[in-house]
Amino acid sequence: MAETRFMTINMGPQHPATHGVLRVVLELDGEVIVKAVPHIGHLHRGIEKLAESKTYHQVIPLTDRMDYTNAMGNNLGYVLAVEKLLGIEVPKRAQYIRVMMAELQRIAAHLIWLGTHALDIGAMTMLLYNFREREEVLRIFEEVAGGRLTPTYFRIGGLSKDLPNGIETKIKAFIDNFPSRIKEYETLLTKNVIWLKRTKEVGIISKEDAINWGVSGPTLRGSGVKYDVRKNFPYSSYEDFDFDIPVGTIGDVYDRYIVRLREMEWSTAIVRQVLERLPKGPIISDNPWVALPPKEMVLQDIASLIRHFKIVAEGFRPPVGEVFSSVEASKGELAFYIVSDGSNRPLRLRIRTPSFCNLNALPKMIEGGLIADVIAVIGSIDIVLGEIDR
Amino acid sequence: MVETHLSVKKLQERFPTSIREVSTFRNEVTIEVAKKDVFQVCQFLFSDPELEYQYLTDLCGLDFYPKTPRFAVVYHLYSFKRNDRLRVKARLEEDESIPSVESIWKVANWFEREAYDLFGISFENHPDLRRLLLWEGYEGHPLRKDYPVEGPDFDKPFRPEV
Repeated sequence: MAETRFMTINMGPQHPATHGVLRVVLELDGEVIVKAVPHIGHLHRGIEKLAESKTYHQVIPLTDRMDYTNAMGNNLGYVLAVEKLLGIEVPKRAQYIRVMMAELQRIAAHLIWLGTHALDIGAMTMLLYNFREREEVLRIFEEVAGGRLTPTYFRIGGLSKDLPNGIETKIKAFIDNFPSRIKEYETLLTKNVIWLKRTKEVGIISKEDAINWGVSGPTLRGSGVKYDVRKNFPYSSYEDFDFDIPVGTIGDVYDRYIVRLREMEWSTAIVRQVLERLPKGPIISDNPWVALPPKEMVLQDIASLIRHFKIVAEGFRPPVGEVFSSVEASKGELAFYIVSDGSNRPLRLRIRTPSFCNLNALPKMIEGGLIADVIAVIGSIDIVLGEIDR
Repeated sequence: MVETHLSVKKLQERFPTSIREVSTFRNEVTIEVAKKDVFQVCQFLFSDPELEYQYLTDLCGLDFYPKTPRFAVVYHLYSFKRNDRLRVKARLEEDESIPSVESIWKVANWFEREAYDLFGISFENHPDLRRLLLWEGYEGHPLRKDYPVEGPDFDKPFRPEV
């Protein structure tokens, strides 16, 4: 009998279905994967190192560029960490608008995931449908923040500006329409035989393994763990809104798909609640050492101009200490750990990104499976290499 | 608040000599432990039935150059049972190494590789301690404080001769 020889295949880093520059070295026994080793770092830009030479305000645009499908969520995670370090309160209106923007962004991020994931498995129509709805969200962002992909809308202490006139009706029109769109996606996929065959009982990760491998977000909830930072450590007034945490049962590709679809529905519900209860009031903290003064004041009043100049040029000096603050980004738990030495720049800004840990668990999910399923599993854990490599 | 925290109390009973310092800032508890006992402390926090810190949210390195001891490794633990976070910190010198916790939490595999890559902190008993984000053969560890942000080639685009 001939000896068994494994074949080594290199997948990536320019593979269209790896969602970025991911390289996986696969060792195969026929079609079965014996060993998988992911290689990352092709998109490493040294954001953590760069942040150490920037003032606290200057770091916000860097966070947009980590998970570029979830920029608002990244901004939120960072500003919350700095606000915790400073110990300042954010006005209620700003908190509510932040929640609304983060949830709209979650919908947009999940739409990208659904479109590309379905495209990888062979359902092209989904991508066109999803990008149609995502465009509506991006138009809202463009009007609110001035940017579509990298809005940099949040500021330490509040927001850069208030909502423009008439945007509420546009957001309302979108969320009124959106649930019917989710139904449309479901008619295409949820009971589609090909979809079920490609996703059911593929890439399973058990509850215990998912916890031990540090998986978070929909991938963790797909395995049946009811853990969501929005519920377990409510931030930015999430405790004011009614929503549920959808969980899966066995932790396969299909469960993660269902969890994300349900999450989009709950995000729509949260946005609706925010719109109904949006309070009036200031949109940025009145702490003069931290919050930038309004633009019209800067143009009229010398004291505000000086204040603006001081904050932009010098920044502010938070107390010595360290804080760890996390948010539920679209991919999972996004945490910022800031160590301050009392100067105007962070001594260390550590970013724990969800995709990093989720990708670490990829070999656990695909080893023993078939090579054709690798694409389905990578799509289902929804990685963005921008935040893995940072 | 610190004294009443269950994990602190249990750790102080179990490891009276290895707890260096307990502090709290913005309601976050930090326990500083001796480097040599990190593995035992983590194992205890992971497996104690009342604590069960089963989820390692984050592990990262810190550089306090030019102060000594130069480095610190910070562990952020989370307990599903108690819905509680805990920060464990261990300090070490430049030429020292620290026990790996990869055998407790699998997620530590990449976290420790990253700390090794960017700080040059070495972890004992790590199964696969290689560079993670940078390539093999890269010189230096970029997140160290004595590593420049801008190198000599900054802003000078490389144009190959045609």
